Amino acid sequence: MARNPQLNRHGELVHLLTLDGLPRDIITHILDTAEAFVPLTEREIKKVPLLRGKSVFNLFFENSTRTRTTFEIAAKRLSADVYNLNINVSSTAKGETLLDTIRNLSAMQADLFVVRHSASGAPHLIARHVAPHVHVINAGDGWHAHPTQGLLDMYTIRHYKRDFSSLRVAIVGDVMHSRVARSDILALTTLGVPEVRVIGPKTLLPGGLEHLGVRVFHDMREGLRDVDVIIMLRLQNERMRGALLPSAQEYFKYYGLTPEKLALAKPDAIVMHPGPMNRGVEIDSPVADGKQAVILNQVTFGIAVRMAVMSIVAGTSNT
Amino acid sequence: MTPLPDAESLYAELRKLVAEAIARLPQGSVHLIGIRSGGAWLAERMHRDLNLEGRPGALNISFYRDDFDRIGLHHQVQPTEIPFEVEGRHLILVDDVLYTGRTIRGAMNEIFDYGRPASIQLAVLIDRGGRQLPVAASICAARVDVPEHVTINLNQEGDRFTITLEEAHGA
Repeated sequence: MARNPQLNRHGELVHLLTLDGLPRDIITHILDTAEAFVPLTEREIKKVPLLRGKSVFNLFFENSTRTRTTFEIAAKRLSADVYNLNINVSSTAKGETLLDTIRNLSAMQADLFVVRHSASGAPHLIARHVAPHVHVINAGDGWHAHPTQGLLDMYTIRHYKRDFSSLRVAIVGDVMHSRVARSDILALTTLGVPEVRVIGPKTLLPGGLEHLGVRVFHDMREGLRDVDVIIMLRLQNERMRGALLPSAQEYFKYYGLTPEKLALAKPDAIVMHPGPMNRGVEIDSPVADGKQAVILNQVTFGIAVRMAVMSIVAGTSNT
Repeated sequence: MTPLPDAESLYAELRKLVAEAIARLPQGSVHLIGIRSGGAWLAERMHRDLNLEGRPGALNISFYRDDFDRIGLHHQVQPTEIPFEVEGRHLILVDDVLYTGRTIRGAMNEIFDYGRPASIQLAVLIDRGGRQLPVAASICAARVDVPEHVTINLNQEGDRFTITLEEAHGA
């Protein structure tokens, strides 16, 4: 069997590329480490010296201000030097290949690449070609994976629910085009959540979901009944143009999370969303701003989770 | 190698010396901070036994270690908790065993990220020598001499301390 490309021969994490095949003890180690970083936000000086002298390159081949910013804050709180590169508007426009770009940046003494790319598998390709002391973190590749979002979602669930072993979690919306959904399903299953539900219209759910061990619902009211956690997905506007959906209003009517639909879940259910939210499309404002929403806490936890991932991979030797 | 000291009598000695140090400092301005895990146990028990106000602090210095590049990040047990203002206070930093001095350096760096204390004193149960940095304890219950490959461990069983020696890995 081929070795998991994100682990070294001792089974330690050297790159974070996907949550697929990532052992439970590594996920738990990341969440525990993140928990130790959370109290830093209360301090006078919010930095620790772990990555002092290291260079972190944020390589965003696809735009995402929010994810890039949280990685930047995380790296700076670890005392790393951070360089942000929006590659889509520079080198690739001039015809440079991905690996040539990486070789050039490696020559600038990069220690850690945070990569977002529209092509699935781009971070894997980079991880296969970097020097042994260089680490790669996937910040979202195509429809494939968004592992740090998956981990921060797990952190948020653990924070509010403590234990995964008795939870019902529903993921609602455009699962087909969502790397967040894929990462969440893998992590929830690895952590032992007994019931993961996926809710959405047939046109936005991929085939074969049952093989991932999830229950599929097309009726949102039925799917939300008695769940502990609701993860809403962002509906991308371009889906409307692609004839997958009739209109935003129509989508909201069937799959928008309203207070009335939320009432079908457990009374202490939490509502999550990876952002940015489309109010009035997948989520109603009273829910987004309501007591059960933990969406802004997800953002805060996301910084601690990214600090944990960066410090764990940067401290692990790939030999 | 000196004989293994009795942990409870060492603790009683440390508590007496710490109480004297507190008495010399302005009233109400002193806090104990223990280094996890042994130092935090000692600080907690002294805090209780000496009827000090508030809660003691506890440091987990794994984000401040100087061997990160060689051995990576330590597994997290419990995070740092400092439930009081550090700025302008007199701190007594507590640890079980003082050896190379590297842990104390990390601990002081971490404390200064919370604020600028008026003073820091170091109180340790055992000083085993072997310093690699210019660090000295202001308060020390015992000095012992053990071979380099031996680790001294403080254990807490219920409300009693014991000390055990362990052969280090690879020795």
